[in-house]
Amino acid sequence: MADRAPSVPSTSAPLLAATAPPPRVSKSTSAPSRIPPASSLARFGDKIYGAVTFLASLSIFIIILWLLYQLTGASLPAIHKFGWSFITKSDWNEETNSFHALPFIFGTLYSSLIALVLSVPISIGAAIFLSELAPRWIRTPATFLIELLAAIPSVVYGLWGIFILIPFLKLYVFQPVIQPHVPIYHRHLVHSVIRVGHSHLPFSYNHFDTTHIPLAQVKGIGFLFTGQSAGYSMLAAGMILAIMVTPFITAVTRDILRAIPRSQREGSYALGATQWETIKQVVIPYAKSGIIGAVILGLGRALGETMAVTMVIGNQSPSTPSGVSLSLFDSGYTMSSVLANKFNEAIPGLNLAALVEIALVLFGVTVFVNIVARLLVFYTAKDVHGGK
Amino acid sequence: MSVAPPHSSLLGKQSGNVARRKAQNVVMLSLCMLAAGLAILVLGLVLFFLLSKGFSSLHLSLFTRPPDNIDIKKGGMIQSIFGTLVLLGIASCLGLPLGILGGIYQLEAKGKFASTVRFFTDVLNGIPSIVIGIFAYAAIVYPVAQAHPGTGFSAYAGGFALGILMVPTVMRTTEEILRLVPFALREASLGLGATRWRTMWSVVLPAARGGVITGIMLALARIAGETAPLLFTILGSEYFSTHAVLGGHAHVPTLNAPIDALPLRIYNYSQDVNPDRQAQAWAGAVVLISLILVLSIAARFATRGNMQEEK
Repeated sequence: MADRAPSVPSTSAPLLAATAPPPRVSKSTSAPSRIPPASSLARFGDKIYGAVTFLASLSIFIIILWLLYQLTGASLPAIHKFGWSFITKSDWNEETNSFHALPFIFGTLYSSLIALVLSVPISIGAAIFLSELAPRWIRTPATFLIELLAAIPSVVYGLWGIFILIPFLKLYVFQPVIQPHVPIYHRHLVHSVIRVGHSHLPFSYNHFDTTHIPLAQVKGIGFLFTGQSAGYSMLAAGMILAIMVTPFITAVTRDILRAIPRSQREGSYALGATQWETIKQVVIPYAKSGIIGAVILGLGRALGETMAVTMVIGNQSPSTPSGVSLSLFDSGYTMSSVLANKFNEAIPGLNLAALVEIALVLFGVTVFVNIVARLLVFYTAKDVHGGK
Repeated sequence: MSVAPPHSSLLGKQSGNVARRKAQNVVMLSLCMLAAGLAILVLGLVLFFLLSKGFSSLHLSLFTRPPDNIDIKKGGMIQSIFGTLVLLGIASCLGLPLGILGGIYQLEAKGKFASTVRFFTDVLNGIPSIVIGIFAYAAIVYPVAQAHPGTGFSAYAGGFALGILMVPTVMRTTEEILRLVPFALREASLGLGATRWRTMWSVVLPAARGGVITGIMLALARIAGETAPLLFTILGSEYFSTHAVLGGHAHVPTLNAPIDALPLRIYNYSQDVNPDRQAQAWAGAVVLISLILVLSIAARFATRGNMQEEK
């Protein structure tokens, strides 16, 4: 403290001199000498300043309320007509004017779940590696790569999904499972990758009913593979979402781990713990609330993600009677991809109202997830402090 | 690191136990390494294909010509690049003042209301961009189309949607950056008799200039790649819509008509069966990412300059 005290004015003085034009500074410093008019003028200025910034922050509430008003108003016809059955039934038919959104809600939740199952272990493992184990020559470029990929827009991930991921899945996952006796033609993928624009049809099928393949008969996991497979699938959507949220979760988790004081780890090592035991018993519990928050924020992103999912999920509800299927190979539909596909062609009236109601449901789901994330972080953080 | 349990009561008893713990250590750390390797491999593949496919189909006419429906290969996407820049401009007009002033309020204000504002800023930040697009459609496009049939989709509607996406991002980063300015600086200014707004304008904001610019650049980089809110607001266009000004002597771009944006063009071309269009989608992706990278790198430089100043 003692050596800091004199340094503060010495840094602030040149800053003042460098940034504020001298005559104005002298005006404001001479203000106290002319007390009554100047101070009331100054107070008036501060009132305006306070009011303007207050109004700007109020814009947050105005936007949210306006958004709710518009969405609710536009979806009222559908809300009146269908009530709760909108989210519990599956039928979506423009011709009979019957609109229900269960398959889309399910698709949104299921694709995000697949994404988290794939992404969370890898993200947390990678974050632990980057913060605890990696030497500097790996850490710096890897961190750069992860930050770079977090900035890539979703439409570009979708492009990658259509032309790289889906041909790859068809060739190395779907086809070997569906037609085990047909050899894999590697050169097709090589072809599609090297020659731009020739990525269509590197596979021997376009559409296949997987209900009778051996894998679909296996008890316990068979339901994951039965369905109508055309490459564009729930699995592809889950994978592209996982690829998109991994940089985000990894980056946030890594930052949290790096913020943990060294002394915590050293204490554990001094007690004789191995590095893994230190990570498991000291580092992760310390960072638990932050990691949960990062995962749920990643979930929020996955739920609302539109373009990349729309481009690879197939945009067709599974052909089961309920329109809901746990199959990874079947195509699917999410709330956001329904909006992206159908909104511009919607007929004004009940059809448009039902689509806006989907947007309203999506809004509700993401807001709910965000609030749960904040509360969870809030309460677990409290626990940590209580433990100290 | 040598593992020698000092107290057998605390950490196992036998050397067999130590061997097991050491083995577990190696296995789990290897798993972490594997996870990192897998993540970096997949992310590297994303980048590799993007660059290899993008650069192989990049050519000059992309930046000089609008799409050509007869000779597709000769077409470009100049109108999309222009549209993206216009949209960023309109969004900034809405998002920057609201975001920066709101951030200043969150810094200055204390108490329950300020934390409520902060909470709802996060809520707004978490709303999917496609919902914002529907909102912009319901709030602007639809009423305008009702009043003047045949119009509605416009640069203004798209810029409005993107601007709303900017507000919470800019607000949070501005607040966080301003909070880093030492309190003593503000106290010194207030102690000299400066008013609060003068202190903010002449002391706090200049000190945090680099950081605020960084926040703005990152917000711009984020919205530059947004596609979903544009689907229902700008519609897309394959040419420049212009109108005559100065008695027909000059033509300026019309903002009150459907315009194009790079991410929208990439999406449309990715759905096209024509391989040349698909190739242009990859090239467009490289252009879009370059734009975002330029904004991000500019953001880095803004902060770096500020830090050197402080030293």
